[in-house]
Amino acid sequence: MEAIFLAFVFVLAIFLGFELISKVPSTLHTPLMSGSNAISGITLIGSITSVKFDNLTLAIILGTLAVTLATINVVGGYAVTNRMLEMFKKKDEGGSK
Amino acid sequence: MNGLTITINFFYIISAVLFIFGLKMLSSPATARKGNLISALGMLLAIVVTLLNSGLDYKWIVLGMVIGSIIGLFAAYKVQMTSMPEMVALFNGFGGIASMLLAWSEFHQHPEISVFIAVVTFLSALIGGVTFSGSMVAFGKLSEIIPGKAVVFKGQHLVNGAILLAALAGGTIFAMNPAEYYSAFILIIIVALLFGVTSVIPIGGADMPVVISLLNSYSGIAACAAGFVIHNNILIVAGALVGASGIILTKIMCKAMNRSLANVLFSGFGSTVATQAAGSGPQGEVKPATAEDVYYILEAADTVAIVPGYGLAVAQAQHVVRELGDLLEENGTEVMYAIHPVAGRMPGHMNVLLAEANVSYDQLIEMDDINPKMDTVDVCVVIGANDVVNPAALDDESSPIYGMPIIETHRAKTVIVLKRSMNPGFAGIQNALFFSPNARMYFGDAKASIQNLVGEFKSSD
Repeated sequence: MEAIFLAFVFVLAIFLGFELISKVPSTLHTPLMSGSNAISGITLIGSITSVKFDNLTLAIILGTLAVTLATINVVGGYAVTNRMLEMFKKKDEGGSK
Repeated sequence: MNGLTITINFFYIISAVLFIFGLKMLSSPATARKGNLISALGMLLAIVVTLLNSGLDYKWIVLGMVIGSIIGLFAAYKVQMTSMPEMVALFNGFGGIASMLLAWSEFHQHPEISVFIAVVTFLSALIGGVTFSGSMVAFGKLSEIIPGKAVVFKGQHLVNGAILLAALAGGTIFAMNPAEYYSAFILIIIVALLFGVTSVIPIGGADMPVVISLLNSYSGIAACAAGFVIHNNILIVAGALVGASGIILTKIMCKAMNRSLANVLFSGFGSTVATQAAGSGPQGEVKPATAEDVYYILEAADTVAIVPGYGLAVAQAQHVVRELGDLLEENGTEVMYAIHPVAGRMPGHMNVLLAEANVSYDQLIEMDDINPKMDTVDVCVVIGANDVVNPAALDDESSPIYGMPIIETHRAKTVIVLKRSMNPGFAGIQNALFFSPNARMYFGDAKASIQNLVGEFKSSD
């Protein structure tokens, strides 16, 4: 039963994603991609929960590696997106003189 | 469900809402930056509440997060804007492999799992593995560590088919009896990594925007599958959002290049199409122009549309182009930048490069907005772009790019094409625009040529 419930959430989220992204202008596609890429680092949440005290050694190693790599994805992704979006300015905002 | 789990899941809902609002705000340059911060806040919230779970071995988690943050921040602040596609590919690959490792770690810890969990574990490992090795190949191609050309060999489709079949067979055996067949799981991982390489290596450098978009989608789907493995809603929601966004971008890119996804993935463009014999195609007389000629044309123009292609970025000419644009504006000319959706090496890349050079975003005009106005534009300045302004895409049915949407510069009163030489572009197709009566060719290196123009403007003051 829980699988069905999760699948329900999944399908709704896919449709929501389509709706949201179709409205993004092509000017912003690169930041959109790197920003959504940062969101895909959400797997970090799962990785954190997989590193438990009573785990086997290999599971700890795999989990820690997953945490490290997912953190690179999340932190790097948001930071680089922010850096890019900072550059998008209008003239009257003092962008170019 | 105990109280703590309910609390954590409640905060996950808030995180999901923040992600959704963040993505929504990305639809306008004015709110985009705030949107990204809101999305980051959602992520931070999710991480903090996840750390409240009991039984976590914090020393390893903190170690991983500290190392990851340092590497991530360092890379994010070091990267050049022209290298953005590589960076996204790299981060994307890391996200993908994290999902694979997560599935592996969970399975190693709890090998006795239901068929459903086994299937999603398999999917998470497969998609995560393909995302990782595929992204690494894309990274290699984009940064020119490995040849950007399409690497094709005989029987490639058979090999890829066989690999995929092996993955599915491994997955089936594994799902039937996961605890018995640990080896099948290892096989799946190896096959997934292999498949990422063999499926991306035949795709040419020019098609990388499509590949990156697609891999972006995969990394979301991998996170989603991992969410099913550990019964975590936030992974499923966020993963599905990213999966959907990647698919839409892929579709937009394919449409802008006039190719089907299957064609991009399986045909090895750039290796097969560039066969048009020299001497065929449009012929005629080209009219070269000097810096002085171009100066007089621009000086007299009321509206100028600059059409940049990736050649502009290669020549690092964004800044000097913006300088020219400013001089034109001082001269009372309306300046626009007409940007084709596939200009640059990833979707929207050219906009970022121009924004970096301080071009105001309301001057960045999309293809569909500029084309209807093209008849009223006095001068189009095409810089380092070729195929995206080739009128053959509109009227020559025999052309390989026939049907591709283009920026219709040939309809402007005058077109000035900055070009190094008469060599054909990426797709190896000669361009009828250069022979058009309203076209003038301004030969030379893009950056030096524009610097000369800037010099002409300054010396006339």
